[in-house]
Amino acid sequence: MQRNILEYLEKTVQCVPDKLAFSSEEEALTFRQLYDQARAVGTFLSRQGYYQRPVVVFMQKQPKTVAAFLGVIYSGCYYVPLDADMPRYRIERIVQELKPAACICDDGALETAAQLSGIGSIYSYSSLEASGIDERALQSIRQQQIDTDPIYIVFTSGSTGVPKGVVGCHRAVIDYIENLCAVLRFGEQTVFGNQTPLYFDACLKEIIPTLKYGATTHLIPRKLFLLPVKLVEYLNEKKINTLCWVVSALTYISAFKTFDQVKPEHLHTVAFASEVFPIRQLNIWRKALPNARFINLYGPTETTGICCYYELDREFGEEDALPIGRPFPNTQILLLDENGQPSPAGEPGEICIRGSRLTHGYYADPERTTEAFVQNPLNPYYPERIYRTGDIGKYNCRGELMFLSRKDNQIKHMGHRIELGEIEAAANSHEAICSSCCVFDDAGKKITLYYVGELVPGELKAELKKKLPRYMIPHSLQRLDAMPLTPNGKLDRNLLKQRSKENG
Amino acid sequence: MDKLMGILLELNPDIDYEKETALIDAGLLDSFDIVTLVSEIDDVFGVEIPAQALTPENFNSAKALYGLIRRLQEC
Repeated sequence: MQRNILEYLEKTVQCVPDKLAFSSEEEALTFRQLYDQARAVGTFLSRQGYYQRPVVVFMQKQPKTVAAFLGVIYSGCYYVPLDADMPRYRIERIVQELKPAACICDDGALETAAQLSGIGSIYSYSSLEASGIDERALQSIRQQQIDTDPIYIVFTSGSTGVPKGVVGCHRAVIDYIENLCAVLRFGEQTVFGNQTPLYFDACLKEIIPTLKYGATTHLIPRKLFLLPVKLVEYLNEKKINTLCWVVSALTYISAFKTFDQVKPEHLHTVAFASEVFPIRQLNIWRKALPNARFINLYGPTETTGICCYYELDREFGEEDALPIGRPFPNTQILLLDENGQPSPAGEPGEICIRGSRLTHGYYADPERTTEAFVQNPLNPYYPERIYRTGDIGKYNCRGELMFLSRKDNQIKHMGHRIELGEIEAAANSHEAICSSCCVFDDAGKKITLYYVGELVPGELKAELKKKLPRYMIPHSLQRLDAMPLTPNGKLDRNLLKQRSKENG
Repeated sequence: MDKLMGILLELNPDIDYEKETALIDAGLLDSFDIVTLVSEIDDVFGVEIPAQALTPENFNSAKALYGLIRRLQEC
């Protein structure tokens, strides 16, 4: 039985060593090169004595970043991807939470890393890559590893302002990838065009199947996602046949009527996740690619990525909602009411997930872990964890799962999962701000921050930029004399939401 | 040109649009910015920017973008 995700690579390198595995604008790696570089990185880290510790990978999106991830796993440690585009304050918070053992940098990140306190020992990737491979040391590490050992920690937005580090393991990733590949029918001929950043778990959808089948992934230059005609030309040039993108990247292409100019020639599988696909845009895609399969994916980072899927099998009108479908094999969905009991047929309930794909929870954060990962309330007899997503869903009359709304103030914007509370916490952390309330207009896709305080909107926006990633910066900041309150004295979020809609 | 500067500054007041010539190449604008920009240009100038006009050459500077708007207005 497979215990380790590296076994995918080790099998593939025997079959297709010289095939292109990952490419970007700057470089390309074959499976043999990837295998050798990853083992060199693993050898180096283990020589330094690192084992079962978090190791930061602070590198741009490029093939050797994947080699660094795998190298960390070879050493028996787990990788933590950070990105130079993250604001300094957020990186500092993550490093504080994490206390990493070491940090692997590309040349561009060395300077930033050196300024971070608590980052651990800093190594340049190029020096690691050249360090040689110690087969025996790597073998002895592998013998000790079990399938519940961690592979990675990725950070998601947290409502208190402290990002949460989700800990993924071999068992969960293998369960996920085996079922994902079977449903989406990936294979050796698959050519992926990667869109999502490498510092989220979303990229596992491309990286791991590439290792498993000896497929190929092109890491598409970020700039192309602003240039729709050039982007489609790139897909054609690289003969990309499979996309697993966030919805906003797909609608960007269709909304600019790109298909009047150029159509993707090789695409046969278009999977999308992270947001509701506006049906009008989806229909433009289906019309442009009448023979392609379109698959709606759903699932949180806490359960190792996607856990439900719906392959489009009928026409949808603009007023229809797209199902999230059903769970992958070996995953079960429970719809629970407020008392932890199953919701009656056809009634809404919180989407709860059980299965081997559950991650271990949040790193060094037992409190928030036990809030979200709870004992299955339907099983009082032995310990069994389920993950409460905070998403409300229900089954339609066809028996397909539908996403309805969030229980809390978490939103999805441009493919990113955002806790509005984290934006408020960042605003409130400034001494001149008395209170703030952040709302999201679903229709206009705009984040508005209302606040009471001494700063003018421009000043506050500049402060927020130091603390939050770009995608979390509110589009509009509105200064108020006082916060509106409900009759119970609670902040009247709905009133502000209404106001932002009217102004938007 | 003033109207265009107004739209751009609303998007991101920290950028010096008079001097900046790599709005796309340096990654200063993201896809949400472009969508907002294109829809505001449609509202204010009454021109629809087609997909093939979304190029670095047209969007790298405020001046180039204004040139594009003028060309589209003329045809």
